[in-house]
Amino acid sequence: MNTALTTDQIMQILTEVKDPEIPVLNVVDMGIVRGVEWKGELLEVTITPTYSGCPAMDVISTNIKTILHKHFGDNVKVLSTLFPPWTTDWLTDDAREKLRAYGIAPPEKGNSDKSLLFAEPKAIACPTCGAQETTKVSEFGSTSCKAHYKCKVCLEPFDYFKCI
Amino acid sequence: MEQQEKFEYILRLGDNSLILGQRLGEWCGHGPALEEDIALTNISLDLIGQARSFLDYAGKVEGNGRDEDQLAFFRDVRQYRNVILLEQPNGHFGDTIARQFLYDHYSFLLYSELMKSADEQLVAIAAKSIKEVTYHRRHSSEWMIRLGDGTEESKVKIQESLNYLWNYSGEMLTPDSLDKKALAAGIGVDLEKIAKHWHANVADVLAQATLDLPESGWMHSGGKKGVHSEHLGFLLAEMQHIPRSYPDAKW
Repeated sequence: MNTALTTDQIMQILTEVKDPEIPVLNVVDMGIVRGVEWKGELLEVTITPTYSGCPAMDVISTNIKTILHKHFGDNVKVLSTLFPPWTTDWLTDDAREKLRAYGIAPPEKGNSDKSLLFAEPKAIACPTCGAQETTKVSEFGSTSCKAHYKCKVCLEPFDYFKCI
Repeated sequence: MEQQEKFEYILRLGDNSLILGQRLGEWCGHGPALEEDIALTNISLDLIGQARSFLDYAGKVEGNGRDEDQLAFFRDVRQYRNVILLEQPNGHFGDTIARQFLYDHYSFLLYSELMKSADEQLVAIAAKSIKEVTYHRRHSSEWMIRLGDGTEESKVKIQESLNYLWNYSGEMLTPDSLDKKALAAGIGVDLEKIAKHWHANVADVLAQATLDLPESGWMHSGGKKGVHSEHLGFLLAEMQHIPRSYPDAKW
């Protein structure tokens, strides 16, 4: 039992929990952890899914409990919330840079018209060679949160973390 | 509005997502191209995720201790509340796209309106789902245009799919007594308003696709009250057989 730790320190501990599908990002970078709160001796951690059907949520929840168990034993509860809905705008700058280095083009920031029927996204730079000449192959890629692109210069296919 | 009626209303929302999600899952490994295989199953995953949120909430509203799994796996055909459109077989790729197109334009408007509901949890699920549905709607609309304004053969085929499925589109857009009660209670959406926008948006895409707008006449209905087509039973048999064979099985 260690209720002496502040919520900031606990957030720091949670950076050890990686996204199972994008292991260069942790759940804090991703904006998945929405809150950490002491309820008496019980620590409540609230997380939110990136997509409704995100299959990583159960694993993330278990991993959070496992890491916090070392500090607080069983006095940890992981809650899930849907509101406000997760948005790619919550990805930190640091997270965007890590994505790019990992070979995934990061999402555009503050894309205002996400709800348009036919919206052409701005040029997505190739994370491998940096060229702007890329083409969308499909808006649905290897995971719910990614679209599939191809670079016209270096010809590498790549994932684009799509805006929601 | 009684709790039981609210439960029924949320079941309709959840069952629509679940049944269409299950249908799209049947494409896994059978898509006409790898990208489409991935797209249809991605959309399936979103829909099943939405269904989980709705059914989990429906169980809580009902208050009899049923969770999302019990509602999904231990109800029979007559207890399902999805519209008949969504249980129709996948057919060929054009049939699947036409069904999806009709539904995506509906669900986008549905969630836009549901975000104004007096029920906080429905607002939360709608606000989450609309982000996903935005991508679904673009995908199916782009395919309608590509197939309609495509080759001679693709145009004939997608027009046939559209004409056939059109008679199933009325049910989701026509309010019945429960829809009206939910609207009056401030929980539900105004289907007449949605229908107006739906017709305009669908007509706009079909014009771009150089397809004919089918004539609206008699419409199939019944699913919202549990009276389904012959196809739903087979779908449920496949979807439910593991949990029914091993009721307490855990992963």
